[in-house]
Amino acid sequence: MLSRTADHLFWIARYMERAETAARLLDVGARISLLPSAGAGFRSEWDSILQASGTAEGFARKYDDPVQRNIESYLFFDRDNPSSIASCITAARENGRIVRTALTSQVWDALNTAFQELRGLERLPRSQLEMSRLTDWTMRHTAMVRGAIDATQLRNDGYDFLNLGYLLERADSTARLMDVKYYVLLPQVDYVGTGLDTYQWSTLLRAMSAHRAFHWAYGGELTAAKIVHFLVLNRQCPRALLTAIAGVSDHLERLAVFYGSANATQTRAQAMVDELQALSIDAVFDEGLHNFLTRFIADVADLGGLIHECYLSGDVR
Amino acid sequence: MFHADQVRPPYARLADWTQQMPDELRCLKQAEAEAFFRRIGITFAVYGEGGDPDRLIPFDMFPRVFTQAEWRKLERGVKQRARALNAFLVDIYGRGEIVRAGKIPAALVYRNAAYEKAAAGIVPPRGVYSHIVGIDIVRTGPDTFYVLEDNCRTPSGVSYMLENREIMMRLFPGLFRENRIEPIDSYSTLLRRTLASVAPEKCTSSDPVVVLLTPGHFNSAYYEHSFLADLMGIELVEGADLFVEGPFVWMRTTEGPKKVDVIYRRLDDAFIDPLCFRPDSMLGVPGLMDVYRSGGVAIASAPGAGVADDKAVYTYVPGMIRFYLGEEPVLQNVPTWQCAKSDDLRYVLDNLAELVVKEVHGSGGYGMLVGPKASRDQLASFAERLRADPGKYIAQPTLALSTTPTFVDQGIAPRHVDLRPFCLVGERIELVPGGLTRVALTEGSLVVNSSQGGGVKDTWVLAE
Repeated sequence: MLSRTADHLFWIARYMERAETAARLLDVGARISLLPSAGAGFRSEWDSILQASGTAEGFARKYDDPVQRNIESYLFFDRDNPSSIASCITAARENGRIVRTALTSQVWDALNTAFQELRGLERLPRSQLEMSRLTDWTMRHTAMVRGAIDATQLRNDGYDFLNLGYLLERADSTARLMDVKYYVLLPQVDYVGTGLDTYQWSTLLRAMSAHRAFHWAYGGELTAAKIVHFLVLNRQCPRALLTAIAGVSDHLERLAVFYGSANATQTRAQAMVDELQALSIDAVFDEGLHNFLTRFIADVADLGGLIHECYLSGDVR
Repeated sequence: MFHADQVRPPYARLADWTQQMPDELRCLKQAEAEAFFRRIGITFAVYGEGGDPDRLIPFDMFPRVFTQAEWRKLERGVKQRARALNAFLVDIYGRGEIVRAGKIPAALVYRNAAYEKAAAGIVPPRGVYSHIVGIDIVRTGPDTFYVLEDNCRTPSGVSYMLENREIMMRLFPGLFRENRIEPIDSYSTLLRRTLASVAPEKCTSSDPVVVLLTPGHFNSAYYEHSFLADLMGIELVEGADLFVEGPFVWMRTTEGPKKVDVIYRRLDDAFIDPLCFRPDSMLGVPGLMDVYRSGGVAIASAPGAGVADDKAVYTYVPGMIRFYLGEEPVLQNVPTWQCAKSDDLRYVLDNLAELVVKEVHGSGGYGMLVGPKASRDQLASFAERLRADPGKYIAQPTLALSTTPTFVDQGIAPRHVDLRPFCLVGERIELVPGGLTRVALTEGSLVVNSSQGGGVKDTWVLAE
C-alpha cells in the first residue's frame, strides 16, 4: 500500500482515539469538580485536566482562568486547540476523505456522519449543549467508527495501520489519564487513602468505562495499587498499558508476516512488552507513578517515530 | 419531452410517474437524495468562490431519456469524433500531414499554447493521445445534435453519471422495472481495461500497474478521483508518492518502491513534471517526461492532448473527420466565428447581442458573454475586450437548446440541458450508453456549468 495511505489510516485512528480521550478527560473533570477541592496542589481540578492533556499552554494563551466553561469550550469546540474533539473529528474525517479508497463505505459513513453532526452541534447555542451530552455523543461516534472498522475492513495491512494508530494513541492516553491523578493530588501525600483519594481513583475508572469491570476483576475495595495494576498490567482491561502495547506488537508482527520482512519496529515493540510484563506494581510506585508514566509516554512516542520512519514516511528502500 | 404539445413516447411512462407523485413524496425523495450525496461525500468545491467547501451539485430527479435509435446516432458520432481527434494528435506531433494539406493553419496548431513541443515526435502506445474524450453535446431538434466542445485532456463529471444512476435506482426502483434502461456500470471496468491496454513498450507484465494521479484532496474534483480509483481498484497517488529512478517511475509503498506502468493523470500538462514544464509545480513528478519519452511509462491523456480541444481548433474537427477517416461527420459543429479573423470579428461586433462569446482557452463557463442576456453596459465593455485581444475569443449563435422537464419549486418546468458522454479510447473504442446531463436550473438560462449554478440529472438510454 502507498506509504501516504498508510499514514492517513494511522492518523484517522489516532485522531478518533484522541477525540475519545478528550471526552473522557472532560468526564473526569466534571466528576472531580463535584467534590470539594483538595485545596492545594494545582489551582484546580480543571487545570489538571489541561496539564494531563498537554493543552495547558495553548489554553493559557487564550483564556485567563481555567473555569469549567472555558475548558469545556477549549477541549470540545476550539479549532485553535489541535487536540479538541472538534479538531480531532475534523482531522480524522479529512484523513478519511483523502484515503476513501482504503476505507469501506461503512467506515467512511461513520466518519462523515460524525463530522456532519459535529457541524450541526457547532451551529447550536452553547447554552443548549450540556457537556454530558457532548461527551456521550463523542463516545458514541468514536465507537461507531471503531465498530465499522472491526466489522467491515479487510484484514490487510491497512487494518494493521489503523489498529497501530488506535493502540499507540490509547497507550498514550491511558497514561495521560492516570497522570491527571498525579496532578490533582501533588504534593499532598496526606490524601492518600482518604475518601477523597478513593473518589478520584474511582472517577478515573469511570472515565475509562472500567468502573464495573474493575470490581468484577478485583472485587472489594479500591486501592491505588489495585487500580494501577488494572490500568497498567492487566491484559483483561482493554485500556491497560500492557494490553495496548501488546496489541501494537501483534499488529507489527502481522505486518512483518504480511510483507515477509521485519524491521526495527518489531524489536522495539517486543522490548516494551517484555519490560511491562516483568514489571511489578511495587516497582512502579518505587519509581514514582508520575516518573513511570512520563517515561512510558516518551517510549510510546519513540515507537511511533520508528513506525513512521519504517513504514509511513515513504523513504523505505 | 414534448413534441407539438404531445408527450414524446420515451417520456410517456415518466409523465404518469410524475402525475402520480404527490408533492410531499417528491420533497421526501429529494431530501433523501441530498442526504445520500452528502453522506457519500460527493460534493463540489468551486474555485475562488469561498463559502461551503462541501457544496452539493443540485440533483434533479427527473431523468433525461434517449431512445435506442437516438443513442445509436450519438454513439456513432461520438466515437467517430474521438477517433478523428486522436488521429489529429498523432499527426500534428508527427509529420503534420493535415497542416501540409492546408486543412488547418500551421500557426493555430504549432503556436497554440496547448501544443507541447516536448511531445513532438512521440507516438504513444496504440497511437492514443486522448484516452477519455468527453464531448459536450446539445440538441436543437428531434434529429439535430450539435457538438459544443470537445474535452481531450481530463474531462470530469463521470462520477456524477454513475452516482446519479445509483441514487435513481435507490429512490425509484419501480421506474427501472417499468422502463428498460441500459446499464452503465461497466464504465469502471472498461476504463481500467482501456488504461491497461496502453501500457508502454517496456512493460512486460500482463497486468500493468495503473495509478490515478490527483493534484490532491484540495482539488474540486478530488471526490471523483478517489471514486474512480476505488471502482477500478487502483492506487490514488499524489505527485509526492511517485519518483523517477533509472528508466522507470516508482511509487512509495510501505514495502518499498513499486514500479508504475500507466498513469491516469487528472493534472494539467503544466504541472506533471517540474523539470520539463512549470518548475514551480509541487504537484508533479520530476523526470516523468524523460521516462515517458523513453517508453518507461504511459500517461493518459498523453502530454499535449489539449491542443485538440482548443476552442479555435474545434472549428476544424469536421475537416479532421473527412481528412483522416474519409467520412462525413455524424454530429454537427455549432457555426463558430473566429474573432482572430478580421471578417469574423466585424460580424461578431455587429451582432454581439445575439451571440455567445467564449474565451478560446477558458472553461467552466467563466469569462463568457451570453449576448441576449447581457445588459447594454456589459455588451459595450465586452466589445472593448474583444477589440483589444480578438484572438482570445470565438463566438457562436445562441442555439434553441432542447429542454427537459425538471423539478422546480412550482412543480415541473422545462429547463435547458446538455450532455457529456465519455468515450474511452485504447485498444478498442468504447462508450457506455449514458453520460452526464447537466441542466441550467435558472429559468431561461443556457449556462449549465456546475460552477455557475447548474445541476445534474440521470441520463437514460432505453433498450429496444
